[in-house]
Amino acid sequence: MSVLKAENVGISYKVNKQWIGAVREFGITVEPGEIYGIVGESGSGKSTIARGLIRYLPSNGRTEPGSRIEFLGEDISAAPPAQMRNIWGARMNLVPQNPMAALNPSIRIGKQIAELIGAHTDLSREAIMDRVIDGLERVNLADPEKLVERFPHEISGGQQQRVMIAMALSTSPKLLVLDEPTTALDVTTEAVILELVRDLIKEDETAAVYVTHNLGVVAQICDRVIVMYAGEIMADAPVYDLFYKPLHPYTIGLLNAIPQPGQTKRDRPLQTIPGRPPSLADLPQGCVYAPRCPLAIEICQTKPPLEAPEAGRLVRCHRWKELADGSINPRTVYATDEDAIITDTLDEEREPLLELDSLYKYFPTRRTVQDIIKGEKPSPVRAVDGVNMTVNRGRTYGLVGESGSGKTTLSKVVIGLFEKTGGEMILMGVELPAALRGRDRETLADLQMIFQNPQNSLNPYLTVGQSIRRPLMKLGGLSRTEAETEVRRLLKAVNLREEYATRYPNELSGGEKQRVAIARAFASNPMLILADEPVSALDVSVQSAVLNLLARLQKDRDAAYIFISHDLSVVSYLADYIAVMYLGHLVEVGEAQELHQPPLHPYTEALVSAIPIPDPARREDPVLLNENIPSARDIPSGCRFHTRCPRKIGAICETDAPPWRADGEGHYIRCHIPIDELIEAQRKTLPEVEHS
Amino acid sequence: MDNIQRIVQGVLRFIRQLFGDPQTAVGTTIVLLFLFLAFFGNALAPYGANETGDIPVSAAPSTQHPFGTDTLGRDVFSRVMIGTSSIFQKAGLGTLLAVLIGTVIGLYIGYQGGWIDEATSRVIDALLAMPALLLALVILGVIRNLSLEQGSLQFLLARNSVLLVIAVVYVPIVARVVRSSTLEIKTREFVQAARIRGESLGYILFREIFPSVVPTLVVEASLRFSYAIFLVAALGFLGIGANPPTPDWGLMVEEARGGNYNIAPWALNFPAAAIALLVVGVNLMSDGIKNIVQKSE
Repeated sequence: MSVLKAENVGISYKVNKQWIGAVREFGITVEPGEIYGIVGESGSGKSTIARGLIRYLPSNGRTEPGSRIEFLGEDISAAPPAQMRNIWGARMNLVPQNPMAALNPSIRIGKQIAELIGAHTDLSREAIMDRVIDGLERVNLADPEKLVERFPHEISGGQQQRVMIAMALSTSPKLLVLDEPTTALDVTTEAVILELVRDLIKEDETAAVYVTHNLGVVAQICDRVIVMYAGEIMADAPVYDLFYKPLHPYTIGLLNAIPQPGQTKRDRPLQTIPGRPPSLADLPQGCVYAPRCPLAIEICQTKPPLEAPEAGRLVRCHRWKELADGSINPRTVYATDEDAIITDTLDEEREPLLELDSLYKYFPTRRTVQDIIKGEKPSPVRAVDGVNMTVNRGRTYGLVGESGSGKTTLSKVVIGLFEKTGGEMILMGVELPAALRGRDRETLADLQMIFQNPQNSLNPYLTVGQSIRRPLMKLGGLSRTEAETEVRRLLKAVNLREEYATRYPNELSGGEKQRVAIARAFASNPMLILADEPVSALDVSVQSAVLNLLARLQKDRDAAYIFISHDLSVVSYLADYIAVMYLGHLVEVGEAQELHQPPLHPYTEALVSAIPIPDPARREDPVLLNENIPSARDIPSGCRFHTRCPRKIGAICETDAPPWRADGEGHYIRCHIPIDELIEAQRKTLPEVEHS
Repeated sequence: MDNIQRIVQGVLRFIRQLFGDPQTAVGTTIVLLFLFLAFFGNALAPYGANETGDIPVSAAPSTQHPFGTDTLGRDVFSRVMIGTSSIFQKAGLGTLLAVLIGTVIGLYIGYQGGWIDEATSRVIDALLAMPALLLALVILGVIRNLSLEQGSLQFLLARNSVLLVIAVVYVPIVARVVRSSTLEIKTREFVQAARIRGESLGYILFREIFPSVVPTLVVEASLRFSYAIFLVAALGFLGIGANPPTPDWGLMVEEARGGNYNIAPWALNFPAAAIALLVVGVNLMSDGIKNIVQKSE
């Protein structure tokens, strides 16, 4: 019997006294042991339906009459809250995105899990405690006896999420809903969680609904997938078919928009989906995707039915037959310039722009009462701890590492938001003052920054025009009228229409905001732009357009980028060189292309193998890093990575700082293992990458 | 240009929203009515504030004297009307002054942080620890003992002593509210972008951060105003807010109580009702403003 069977489910929210249909005509059947993915962009209704299926909606949400949700054969679509409370926690559970908000901060971990078990079973106290310990062991948490005594804030985000999973599985539920459970985590932690979820679900024969925006995650973990757009199912298919025989133009668009492993800006631009998702209050007539669909024709003005091309597949498109019989080639659905944006090669030597010489940034920590009694000075947070790096003109440097590795701090020291503790920064042969007030106008104009969160990077009370005009006048020394002309030119350069100049940020979508932020950063004609995760807050379809834009602007303006990202596929698309940072210093420097072949530093190897590859045929076991990144207050001796290194060779790793090893072609690795041996060892484990 | 237009549009929309739900509409109507009296009460009053002459003493309310007359034969209706302007001057301008100074202080210490924030915040805490009325009494006591020379600064201070007291009492509260808002806003990336451009402190505080503080500030200011009305009335009642024969509402209540109350209760009831009505009106409006601001966020 299916665990969950839903038909014709509609969910509406009451916004400003009006009911708005967030999800319409949704259907799903989940079998035991099956992981059903629901994928879509922000606003597609994927989280809404996931919560709607378990009848866990906010107070302004309702399930439309006529919806049918069967859980274990029982219709729960109109079940009263009292009945649902008996089912929640016992037979269906939710793992949310943010575990810190879901765990009660003032109750010890063990007690929280025990409470849930106690509420749904008649077990004795001892039996419950045994189950708690077992549960924590199953999610590979070390030392569960001690862990149960701790409070949620005392453990890391990845551990919290594992506690959430242990808790969700503690009552052996029949259905588990996971709502973007790894989105807030590092790739290394994500890999651990994904493997855990996959194993536990199969083991327990639990049915799972997995909501995510990440197609890589879908490929790695799901058995079947529903693609949602503007509240409707666009496609429903086994994961393999979805990736290899996509029958919906939207699915194709999403798949084409992600950089393929090995693809770089020197190969060809990324494909993009034009336009933006419709407002739910104002849906287009006919097919909801038609306004953005390059295949849209006359008939698309009428609403396409959800058809079944073959058993077990559904698609909502008038033209699926042409995609199925091959008369339309999925690769050419979306128009792209086939010419690569960047055409020069790395062989051309460029002059150095910025040189960092053993750069340090320590943050002092406050002395606690204990420190004062003991007469000790607390050790500072060594966020950036001796970084040497040269940035050449017009090149892109990808800076990667987990959160806590110091990459954001490094960029803020260079830009002047933090003042360095030691070391030297040389910009075009001249010492770069540490403090912003010490920098003259030209220096300020030369260095600019693009921030991660487009929501906050524009002042909500200034128009787009005002935001871009300010640096033009302040740093570029333009007059008001000159600046106005330049604003229009810049808007055009970032593919926005002129009339955007008079709009306010709240009228713009996330991708548009980020374009404005990019235009603002380029306004002062900078030599170097520091971009801190500039696309990580954007949807896939928007992300590719912004990446293309960054590449094009770089070519036109000959600016250098330091591009910080945790997403290695994005980095390897855009970056020429790569610097891998771990606990305040670099462990590997080389050309970005070398990221895909040995030798790699063992840390880089773990990062690379942890990326969820958007290909269901390639579910290799990643190199798992189970321990958390150590605190930057207490950096391990010897090789900083030795506490987590899967390739640790012995005591030397704990005592001696490893040397830089060069392969003779500009690739440097800081490791005790000689280059040849690294190549030998990694040849066996690293996934092959076909070069396009 | 587009900025001015937008502000005008915003204000108009805001006023429309103020009449959006019944409670807020009632509050706003009351406040607007009193505001009208504050400007034109003097001209519209049928009698002068201290006019006696042929007017009967302690007359009950009648068509001629809607609120009756007090024991000295002054028309209570006229006195309440004329007194409106004084309460708006003292409470309104005092609140405005407190908002202005408090905003500057709050923005500055919130953005700068460090020891200057630490020190100022402790002073604010100390001031907040004292009851507003007590603080007001102390300040008034000091100002009243200054030697008064026509045209001197002290004279000016003493003339507007209640207004100043309101400002001094409420500056710490406003500063604290603005500071906590600023602490959050300064971490947003657009402020960092401004710093990277090398913007001056003034530009960052007033052009980048201030607009985001305004919604919170408007709510706080309207709340402060309602408390200020109370405080002004209380000071008048205690006999240190205004000197007889000023038509101050608080003072009128004080003068009409005790034995006089038995002779002319209306001389107490009507000014007291005016105070209550205005405070209730401002509170209703303030609640409405809070809802509007929260909704738009």
